Amino acid sequence: MNLGKEFSKGILSENPLFRLTLGMCPSLAITTSVFNGLGMGIAFTVVLLASNIVISLLRKVIPDSIRIPCYIVIIATFVTMIEMIMHAFTPELFESLGIFIPLIVVNCIILGRAEAFANKNSLAPSIMDALGMGLGYTLALLVVSTFREILGAGTFLGYAIFGQSALIMILPPGAFITLGCVLAFLNKIQNRTKHSVNS
Amino acid sequence: MANKDNLLVVSSSPHIHSSNNVSNSMRDVIVALIPALIAALYYFHFAALKVIVTCIVVAIISEYISQKMMKRDITIKDSSAILTGLLLAFCLPPSIPLWIAAIGSAVAIIIGKQMFGGLGNNIFNPALIGRGFLLASWPVAMTNWTAPFDGVTTATPLGMIKESVVQELPSISQLFMGNIGGCIGETSALALIIGGLYLLVKGHIDWRIPFSYLGTVFALTAIVGVANGEGSWFPLYHLFAGGLLLGAFFMATDWVTSPITKKGRIIFGIGCGLLTVLIRLKGGFPEGVCYSILLMNMVTPLIDRYTKARVLGGVRQHA
Repeated sequence: MNLGKEFSKGILSENPLFRLTLGMCPSLAITTSVFNGLGMGIAFTVVLLASNIVISLLRKVIPDSIRIPCYIVIIATFVTMIEMIMHAFTPELFESLGIFIPLIVVNCIILGRAEAFANKNSLAPSIMDALGMGLGYTLALLVVSTFREILGAGTFLGYAIFGQSALIMILPPGAFITLGCVLAFLNKIQNRTKHSVNS
Repeated sequence: MANKDNLLVVSSSPHIHSSNNVSNSMRDVIVALIPALIAALYYFHFAALKVIVTCIVVAIISEYISQKMMKRDITIKDSSAILTGLLLAFCLPPSIPLWIAAIGSAVAIIIGKQMFGGLGNNIFNPALIGRGFLLASWPVAMTNWTAPFDGVTTATPLGMIKESVVQELPSISQLFMGNIGGCIGETSALALIIGGLYLLVKGHIDWRIPFSYLGTVFALTAIVGVANGEGSWFPLYHLFAGGLLLGAFFMATDWVTSPITKKGRIIFGIGCGLLTVLIRLKGGFPEGVCYSILLMNMVTPLIDRYTKARVLGGVRQHA
């Protein structure tokens, strides 16, 4: 098993948001500013790493027929910890992410990695998988939220860039427009590289 | 393959030949908008002209660039981009900054039309997409109305009704001629009715959509007017004020985004009317034509599917 490959696949070739289009709901909702995107990405990565480690270690203990409830219990434990930590140390971020922190429990990327990867693989690949997927998701959130914050609020990480911004970009339609354009752009690139490989 | 035009085309019936084509029809709609254009220039002078020219030029450029980038045939000659630009300009306020109008026009063509696959494949009316985008992005600039002639800031008649300052309302005749605050092309009811009748006579639009739309708005506001003891001015006001006539004759009847069955068109018009009245009387905005047509555009495929004519001699299906 190639550990480097397990790490790098999450960043581009199997990027959870741009390639697998999983976890759309929090991605569309919280990418209104780069700060929110970064906070969400980090919280997500920590939970994914912890849950992948535990599920990978317990993969021989968890009975197959009730594996999903077991995953949920494990993930929910870590999400609750993250939620309390964020509430204590970053109350501002906690306020702006709101309901989407507890909703990490049912984030389909984390459950998907548990089901598709951690319960079939040993500890080391599972850690690399979690780090790669977490980094890929964080980068994807950063890309979407950068576009949305600059176009919609005229700021980047809170610093003003220009005054007249299009409010729609930080409203829900802006999330769909941005994500759609980024996906189209990535598909275009992928088709082009595939084409050049074939010919 | 090289010279497709000279090949003999064999196709199935009907073999009716007509001089009607996309560019002719588009040009006819633009002709129908000329009375409203004249009224706009008469009431808002140079301010209206600037916005209209900006919208049309940007629409043509956006169409050219996006078709070039997507490697499609360049179709700016069929005038559909000009029509979209003109319709968008007609539903913008005359005082709008030109760069906002330009963004709206680019969004209308690129996101509203070309990204869906170009003319004939768009789900929503592109001009209304442009307006919706601008209204959500720059709500202040989009609702800053100026009075005709002098350019002083004023409220639209529907805005006055919303704010319950009925004493300052302009008279029905002012409303009919267009001497009121409002969007560039929507103020003059007379000019829009002339244009709409031209389209009806030429057969470009079906009477079912505009008449069921206007009829629904009139009937519902009449009922509300009687119930509230407002009198006969109330439904007439709702008929002539705001973008209703522009929307009913020129936007709801868009060939691409409205139903193709006769029954479907009546349902479409009634739905538009119902939503417009709901937004005007109960919603947060004073005007609801734009959003009601966009919402009904969305259900057009569904309407078409459920109003499909039964095949002659076919058995009635029990769903």
